[in-house]
Amino acid sequence: MTLGDIQKLLDAEVIAGSENLGREISHAFAADLLSDVLAIARRGADGALLITGNMTPQVIYTADVVDLGAILFVRGKRPTEPMIELANQIQIPLLMTSYIMFETCGRLYHQGLKGCVEKAGDGAD
Amino acid sequence: MEQTEERYPFHNTFRIEGGNFTHAGSVSSQVKRILKEERFPNSVIRRVSIATFEAEMNVICYAHWGILTLLVFSDFIKVAIDDEGPGIHDVDQAMTEGFSTASDKIRELGFGAGMGLSNIKKVTDEMVLTSVVNQGTHLEFMVKVFS
Amino acid sequence: MKVEDLVKFFGLEVKAGDGQLHQEVTGGYVGDLLSDVIAHSLRGNVWVTIQTHPNIVAVASMKELAAIILAGGREPDPETLKKAEEEGIPVLISLLPAFELVGRLYQAGVAGIVSC
Repeated sequence: MTLGDIQKLLDAEVIAGSENLGREISHAFAADLLSDVLAIARRGADGALLITGNMTPQVIYTADVVDLGAILFVRGKRPTEPMIELANQIQIPLLMTSYIMFETCGRLYHQGLKGCVEKAGDGAD
Repeated sequence: MEQTEERYPFHNTFRIEGGNFTHAGSVSSQVKRILKEERFPNSVIRRVSIATFEAEMNVICYAHWGILTLLVFSDFIKVAIDDEGPGIHDVDQAMTEGFSTASDKIRELGFGAGMGLSNIKKVTDEMVLTSVVNQGTHLEFMVKVFS
Repeated sequence: MKVEDLVKFFGLEVKAGDGQLHQEVTGGYVGDLLSDVIAHSLRGNVWVTIQTHPNIVAVASMKELAAIILAGGREPDPETLKKAEEEGIPVLISLLPAFELVGRLYQAGVAGIVSC
């Protein structure tokens, strides 16, 4: 699935990185807490889509630190200008949808997007 | 450019301001960039960056200020963080997953879930945490380049 | 669909609120920021989260949610369980991370409000 497919599926608005809509996304995970993002990413989340309602600039730094493929903001929350600037600088695509996280995960999973970790405890701890 | 043993060790220091959420995460971003330029394996960079991010957030959420030192050796990477602040009453308890003294405000921002220190422990090869109440906390961790 | 059906289908571990599993599920909500949950979750929703502190019971009780499901195998605080028993809120655990758990709930027909 490409970022462009994800955009269509969720009527998402592309906030940053519109030149990357062709990027392939095969895995995703959903988290509002940054520590949870990092805990999942430590098993490897290179190129994954992060689905979040966390609207702090730290979510962009986190994405950079663990090499995520894109961030999708849910619940109709719009990233601030400084966040967008940072995303452009770091070159991480940002999308936003007004769907809630439940609907977002449901649709993406249904379309075949895989999770980053199968079960708690899987992967190298 | 050819990388030789003489490049190492080298170190960098960064100052972290407590309570300054605007640039929280920027030190970790810089650390990652330095390690990337040195062409360490991705898994090593990821592990150091994750631990550094958690440590940086801890200083910002709880301490007045802190200094983060990155020490780069050819076969391992070490990060030390010294902060001035309230310190930790019970280090063992603080290491427990889910334990947190974060305020509701910090939780609402999506921090303070009580996973930070255990995350650091899980991604590093060695970790030491000591603290003096009302003075500050010293945290250091190490990631081996070849394991 | 009732909470007990979800427990069966998804092999959820029941940590509290054993006697309250007959509630009808009106949909689902997932998230860890309490103000978002308060703003958008609906009565009878199952709430998927990784937050484990006692405040989650207060939120679930206030919003009359059908159950809390802790994703990723997160263990609730003892205080959370005590409060959940008092308030009659089922606390369930799934080993699946939030994304997969919600994906499967969705495929099983649990829907939420769609957008904000």
